[in-house]
Amino acid sequence: MNTSGQDSQYSGYNFAYLDEQTKRMIRRALLKAVAIPGYQVPFGGREMPMPYGWGTGGMQLTASILGANDVLKVIDQGADDTTNAVSIRTFFERVAHVETTTRTEAASVIQTRHRIPEKALSKGQILVYQVPIPEPLRFIEPSEEETRVMHALEEYGVMHVKLYEDIARHGHIATTYAYPVKVDERYVMDPSPIPKFDNPKLNMSDALMLFGAGREKRLYAIPPYTRVKSLDFEDHPFEIQAWDTPCELCGATDSFLDEVITDDQGGRMFVCSDTDYCQNRREEVA
Amino acid sequence: MYVAVKGGEQAIANAHRWMADRRRGDRNQPEIDVEQVREQLGLAVDRVMAEASLHDPGLAALALKQASGDLTEAVFLLRAYRTTLPRLADSVPLRTADMRVERRISATFKDVPGGQVLGPTYDYTHRLLDFMLLAEGECPAPARAEVALEACPQVLDSLDAEGLIEQEVDDGAMPYDITRDPPDFPVDRATRLQMLARGDEGYLLALGYSTQRGYGRNHPFSGEIRQGAVEVEIEVEGFDGPLCIGEIIISECQMINQFGGSREKAPQFTRGYGLAFGRNERKTMAMALVDRSLRAEELGEPVESPAQQPEFVLAHADNVEASGFVSHLKLPHYVDFQSELELLRRLRREHAARDGGGTADEVESARAHEMDAGLKDTTASAPLSAPSSELPSESSSESSSAPSSAPSAPRRSQETSA
Repeated sequence: MNTSGQDSQYSGYNFAYLDEQTKRMIRRALLKAVAIPGYQVPFGGREMPMPYGWGTGGMQLTASILGANDVLKVIDQGADDTTNAVSIRTFFERVAHVETTTRTEAASVIQTRHRIPEKALSKGQILVYQVPIPEPLRFIEPSEEETRVMHALEEYGVMHVKLYEDIARHGHIATTYAYPVKVDERYVMDPSPIPKFDNPKLNMSDALMLFGAGREKRLYAIPPYTRVKSLDFEDHPFEIQAWDTPCELCGATDSFLDEVITDDQGGRMFVCSDTDYCQNRREEVA
Repeated sequence: MYVAVKGGEQAIANAHRWMADRRRGDRNQPEIDVEQVREQLGLAVDRVMAEASLHDPGLAALALKQASGDLTEAVFLLRAYRTTLPRLADSVPLRTADMRVERRISATFKDVPGGQVLGPTYDYTHRLLDFMLLAEGECPAPARAEVALEACPQVLDSLDAEGLIEQEVDDGAMPYDITRDPPDFPVDRATRLQMLARGDEGYLLALGYSTQRGYGRNHPFSGEIRQGAVEVEIEVEGFDGPLCIGEIIISECQMINQFGGSREKAPQFTRGYGLAFGRNERKTMAMALVDRSLRAEELGEPVESPAQQPEFVLAHADNVEASGFVSHLKLPHYVDFQSELELLRRLRREHAARDGGGTADEVESARAHEMDAGLKDTTASAPLSAPSSELPSESSSESSSAPSSAPSAPRRSQETSA
């Protein structure tokens, strides 16, 4: 794929595409975000040569923090080989010439959409999330003017009412992904559309977590070792998805499983959504 | 065996190659030249420039060619390119009153100083397909006036002299720059106008139209619509006056709208304003209607209709943002969907159990059981004595092993509170 014709399209751009002033502006916003965990910091988001909604926020954050010696991993749905992950990884290979990897432990920066890797992250690693709608209150209150005031006043009752209404109607909290969390006992935050299965990994993580919403021009952060609690009720405690079956490829019982339809007779199998995790386990067995 | 449904690098490369082939089309036809696009599809070029916020007809034509004529895609290409450009200077405000007018009409006065100038327009063409265009033929040059056009003062200025129309005052404040700063609602009018100027034409047209049909009516008259070349000037250190760095074609529309007034303030007409790069008359008219409707709150009018709600109108006007977010639904959502599937299956089983007339204990036991079952559908048993017809079909064929009996069966799922 790396034909010279395609590569020439990428010449002439600054390291990691964005100009240095823009990167500095984003890094300033990131510092603010780290200082106020869970608070949505407006930033002067730029157009990226990828569509809005396809990870432009995460890409701008990655571009701003990437150094020449970084090792980058990009995943979508937990997998390194989904088309958009491939596309973003290729982009940074071309505009930043950084080393890339699929191994979670080998990466210094991991850009992700919809998952947190199964393997626990370590100190010094940075996880960059792609965020579609950064505002956890958005579907309760569509106006930005209003939600900003609600955050300022810590007016989060409506969120609990919404969760309670789920319980009254369904017997369960019906939010299964993008499950709201409270960061450091202050801001209610949307962890991006990760499955709630991943929410516990946000709490007291060794790694720095950065969230970028390009279209909405907001970024936020969870610094390492920050308390992150998924919203719940005493009598309806937060719980995560569980499977009765292990991954059919590697036998893992502790990972998030994707359902794969195998025929038109209702046949299906469950496999790890984290391809690197699955691959490693299979290699260990072999 | 499991076949990965995930696409790799090769698939992407092949898709792009195929797309390039589609773009080229039949090789027996000559390839379209970017210059031809620029010269002969000028209104498409103008629309792309306006919505991309970049005045460069050559690059807009290239974007159109590259996008196979997809306007939104072309706008996106040009917008992405624009981001990479350094900002060398800010222009001084354009003086549209000094425009070298090629078209200028007013629907409010029969004659105006400078005159009505129809200029190049499709307005009074009969919309009949011109089959002559199928053949190659010479196109005669336009007729030219003997004398040059006299100066064309803004029509609204004549009302201004009488105090009949609200005055626009430049408070000298540095305008907010929507291409550099994140939106911070509520935004002022200058910011709104910037957002509308790059807003999608179709979207603004629909919203503007909605005000005419009664959703936030503001009684508009086309005070003046003008098109032509204006000079772009910048301040340069060491020079006394601003320096002209070139000319661009722009379209401007000034709507005259219903008057307000109060006991203290004499009634006056109000304004709606539209401006765009190139020949974008429809866009500027729609923009002027929407600009005016967004001033509802400022002018003390009830805010009742979509076109009067700034956050709604402005947050959804940008077609690069909109098409990106709509099209992202094409990206995989396996994980979120899996999460929803798990919950939905559980809820349906519980629902079936309830409908089956189970006692409270039985239902609770079913719930505990389902918790245990997790996603493992194929072995999940149909609990209770529910008639199979009432159960989801996937359950009806399942073996009827005994349901988990203990209502307080330990749940497998973990809890976060750490």
